[in-house]
Amino acid sequence: MNNTEEIKDDDFQIIGKQLEQMESISRPALSYWEDAWRRIKKNRIAFFSLVLLGIYVLLAVFVPIFSPYDYAEQNSANLSAGISVQNWFGTDSLGRDLFVRVWMGARVSLTIGFFAALLNAVIGTLIGGISGYSGGKADMIIMRLVEVLYGIPNLIVTILVMLVIGRGVISLVIAMTIVGWIGSCRFIRGEILRLKEQDFVLAGKVLGVPAIVIIVKHLIPNVLGLIITNLTSAIPGAIFGEAFLSFIGLGVAPPTASWGILAKEGIKMLRVAPTQLLIPAFFICTTVLALNLLGDGLRDAFDPKLRGED
Amino acid sequence: MKKYILKRIIMSVITVLILITVVFFLVRLMPGGPFTNPKLTPEVKAVMEAYYGLDKPLPVQYVQYLKNLLHGDLGYSMSYSNQTVTSLILKAFPYSADVGIRALVFAFSVGIVLGIIAALNRGKKLDFLCIIIAIIGTSVPDFIMGGILQYFFGIRWGLLPIAQYKGIEYTILPMISLGFATLASVSRIMRSSMLEVVNQDYIKTARAKGISEFQVITRHEIRNAIMPLVTIMGPLVASILTGTFVIESIFAIPGMGKYYVDSISSLDYTMVLGMTVFYGVLLVIATTITDIVYGLVDPRIRVS
Repeated sequence: MNNTEEIKDDDFQIIGKQLEQMESISRPALSYWEDAWRRIKKNRIAFFSLVLLGIYVLLAVFVPIFSPYDYAEQNSANLSAGISVQNWFGTDSLGRDLFVRVWMGARVSLTIGFFAALLNAVIGTLIGGISGYSGGKADMIIMRLVEVLYGIPNLIVTILVMLVIGRGVISLVIAMTIVGWIGSCRFIRGEILRLKEQDFVLAGKVLGVPAIVIIVKHLIPNVLGLIITNLTSAIPGAIFGEAFLSFIGLGVAPPTASWGILAKEGIKMLRVAPTQLLIPAFFICTTVLALNLLGDGLRDAFDPKLRGED
Repeated sequence: MKKYILKRIIMSVITVLILITVVFFLVRLMPGGPFTNPKLTPEVKAVMEAYYGLDKPLPVQYVQYLKNLLHGDLGYSMSYSNQTVTSLILKAFPYSADVGIRALVFAFSVGIVLGIIAALNRGKKLDFLCIIIAIIGTSVPDFIMGGILQYFFGIRWGLLPIAQYKGIEYTILPMISLGFATLASVSRIMRSSMLEVVNQDYIKTARAKGISEFQVITRHEIRNAIMPLVTIMGPLVASILTGTFVIESIFAIPGMGKYYVDSISSLDYTMVLGMTVFYGVLLVIATTITDIVYGLVDPRIRVS
């Protein structure tokens, strides 16, 4: 090793400890959420989807308030009119303004989609969390129950529940929740099972932290990102579910507008006025598309493995 | 393996029993009775109620219902006079099965081919095209797909008939609208599965041994990549079956879905009940078979 001989003492220089520099923070500390938000903003497709959904929500809130027409107001002098200055999307077979009906439908469909998905996520997280954390007998009983319920086709239970409790927005949410929580329950249980073996949980236990605090303060924040991602991807399913049930005559009751009802009415009028199907179809599809793309973006943004990368 | 199959079958029998129980009690909770037809005289009504044991307490009725079910007796339809639910199902089911099987074959064959093409041309234009088809498929509900296809192919261009079910040309639009969403998920799964397989060591080995590219793709890559598709068969069959509800009502196909929707709107409870049980059992059987097949194809599943 001749090289070592060439290095002399005076090649080195003592620069000393500079305490201030050591402690200085070279870039701002980012919390988990700030980091996720930063990455969502960078993901152009996901961010655009988020903006589009925001616009749709605003339109759904404000159009029915400020429109000169009422969503249920019929006008026999103006049946199935085309697109015009007065009726931006035309009118339907009963002369109702389609512009206000589309946004009224968005209100109903988005509300049902969001709350059905939210309720499913909350119930699923609770049951899955308890099942995964407690383990043992409670876990076994819950998992047997879930396994059996999983085998029963969702839609059939939903249809029956709708038949029993009657039509309406709240009924739809309840009917879709009765079996809908099972997916997120299975998923959360798996995550909790994986997490509870990790050292930070053990540390908490050793320090005598009560189980409920471990679950609420340590385990749930760790799966929250995944829950939100799942929630986003579950909304399209709930919107489809509402549309399907309204289509077969079990959804919200007329004259309430929902996207499913608009599509159903549009298909009836296909020969006369195709725009009555094509316009609601455009908004249903773009909403679902935006939710799917946003879900993909969120999945990447919350993935801890990708953290710190750009 | 025997133990695994046995466990699956026992599980599905329990599921079917619970399904029937839930359906039975939910139907009893529904508003309105089964014999509310005003044409029925009180005597006839009493006889029918006695025949179905509706005058007895609920637990007895439940046992009676199970017994009738074992005989394939689902009762009389309320809106189609003098017809049993079983006979109506037997009449309608072949149409639904025909549409459903066509849609499944269409979805799987085209979906697999698209997935393979996308994976082999990763990052190129063809891949992009396949991804777009998959995105459209997952974002467009089947009834809207049906309506749009009807409008363009039937009304605008006059190429294909848009209603009824009388020959091969009548089956094309229902098949596409019913199968499109499934096609999308099949192609997505096939694509990612292919991309995963391509990096495996046995593919490198096959190449290193000098096997022709065509052989590597067909005999090694596709064969292994197709495996994950088996797992989603059950849910996909379920989604296609329920999809027939709307598709049949849009295209006026005299299948089960159309009867189901009509029965709901005419409050024909016996019909709804019978068809629900029929659908439920069918779906549970489909999922069970999928699980067993997957166990047979992939030995790793049996262990866990």
